[in-house]
Amino acid sequence: MYPFIARRLLSTIPVLVIVAVLVFLLLRLTPGDPAAILAGDAASPDQIAQIRVGLGLDKPIIVQFGIWVSHLLHADLGESFYFKIKVTDLIAQRLEPTLALATLTIIIAVLVAVPLGVLAAWRFGGWFDRALMGFSVLGFSIPVFVLAYILIWIVSLKLGWLPVQGYRRLADGFGPFLRHLILPSITLSVIYIALIARVTRASVVEALGEDYIRTARAKGLPESRVLVAHALANSAVPIVTVIGIGVALLIGGVVVTESVYAIPGLGRLTVDAVLARDFPTIQGVILFFSLVYVVVNLLVDISYVFLDPRIRY
Amino acid sequence: MDAEALSVEAADVRHHESAWQRLRRNWSVRLGGAVLAILVAIAIAAPWLGTVDPTLFDAGSRDLVPGRMGEITTLEGDTIPHRFIMGSDSFGRDIYSRVIYGTRVSLAVGLLAALLALAFGVVAGLSAGYLRWVDGVLMRFMDGLMAIPAILIAIALVALWRASLTTVIVAIAIPEIPRVTRLVRSLVLSIREEPYVEAAVSLGTPTWKIMFKHILPNTVAPLIVQGTYIAASAILLEAILSFLGVGLPPDIPTWGNIMAEGRVQFNEFPHNVFFPGLFLAVTVLAVNILGDGLRDTLDPKMAKRL
Repeated sequence: MYPFIARRLLSTIPVLVIVAVLVFLLLRLTPGDPAAILAGDAASPDQIAQIRVGLGLDKPIIVQFGIWVSHLLHADLGESFYFKIKVTDLIAQRLEPTLALATLTIIIAVLVAVPLGVLAAWRFGGWFDRALMGFSVLGFSIPVFVLAYILIWIVSLKLGWLPVQGYRRLADGFGPFLRHLILPSITLSVIYIALIARVTRASVVEALGEDYIRTARAKGLPESRVLVAHALANSAVPIVTVIGIGVALLIGGVVVTESVYAIPGLGRLTVDAVLARDFPTIQGVILFFSLVYVVVNLLVDISYVFLDPRIRY
Repeated sequence: MDAEALSVEAADVRHHESAWQRLRRNWSVRLGGAVLAILVAIAIAAPWLGTVDPTLFDAGSRDLVPGRMGEITTLEGDTIPHRFIMGSDSFGRDIYSRVIYGTRVSLAVGLLAALLALAFGVVAGLSAGYLRWVDGVLMRFMDGLMAIPAILIAIALVALWRASLTTVIVAIAIPEIPRVTRLVRSLVLSIREEPYVEAAVSLGTPTWKIMFKHILPNTVAPLIVQGTYIAASAILLEAILSFLGVGLPPDIPTWGNIMAEGRVQFNEFPHNVFFPGLFLAVTVLAVNILGDGLRDTLDPKMAKRL
């Protein structure tokens, strides 16, 4: 098992290197003078020159890449143009809301989607199954921000149950923290529920056709145990895999959701940085999100060893 | 979407003469196709659907609720009466006209982004699947590209390039390329083992001819399915970019732009957000349903997996 984990860890290195190269090239391969692009339309030649020297854009591209990599290895993402603090500090400051939003979203999504998927698989082809599949296409199609405004309009404006926007830190009390987070998390979880429910259903349907299910029923196990202990347990690997893949979806959703609900997290930071043409921050956020995605999927792969005793690497 | 999933059977299906008939019988293809056809008709007929130029505004017609009569000032300076079916925005522009014209942008972005991603993905996938020396490097590159969330690539590219219809389409298409490449590569890897490819090789057919004449035609069905899904997510992503204020310039009527302007006054005038949102949701839904129908009919092996 440990050799497998070590090998899998090593295999992420080339991916991360490519990500670093791509993020580096993003600015350098843009047509035109990168310094002028970053400075914006109103900049004077002096300001452009200052940016060029400040970012080392006057040096040969290979040298620039060397500097960039050595900074990355020291966890130095540079200083934000707009916020005037180190990008790593900026990311650390904005991490809590995003982490809270993502965690609650995943919890809601798994708690809702897995039972629904199992139920649909159990009554495969029935009305509930078809309704869930219909919902799942709808869930994939309805834009996050449209859903956000529908929920705000109904739950916050018409019913007045939850605050419209904003964020409270966990340190300010759990009640307000949760009240501000529920609506954004539900909004974000819909597409995730659609995805997980689909995969749960498909893999449980497949598992239900196996011989061990017939054996389990034949020996008189209650149907609930057949479904959970046998069918669902054998579907764990695809379900966990899709949760990992779905993190990419989640990151995209976070950018939009935080913007609609005015949550000061990393997603909001991304949009603010783009609008302010704050390139060091844009690069830093992209790198950070990509790292999270790669690490999550690394953990997913490693979890196979624990979820499926047949897998022996 | 795996290697084995789309291989031989998917390729076989296309050769049955009944593919078209099966498509027409499929409920999802009918529904998605019909809604999409209506949307295309709306996009083409936009000027004759009781709309005015979507950039026109009138200071006297600001913030009207849906259905109200108002006035609109034409480019020549004439003031004409106009019914604001979907209300007006805070500039006094007609939401209905903007939403109708927005259909053009969304459909064009969906179609062109999908075609672009498919074109690049096919070339890359064919090369990776058929030319050994390209495979390793290219696929590592694609793995890296896939590790960056699509929306972030698109946002960063649009921010760096000047936002225009072309740059937005390219920026949306780029993150989709790795998925197409992977699909084509896996198809190629299984098709190249087919006897007819072996026969072509032994007859001395040049590599490019094998790639484009023998292998490419057999990837068409899965690519149509994939392309449909890409179109759906491209339409969604364009709306997100515009909504966040990093997409097409605000004077271009797109559903995302209308919603971005409307969100400021959402509490008082929710229709500025809801009408374009409804069009967007229906469009994406129609394209996705069409994609599911195409997948079920053209690509049965893949359909079984999902």
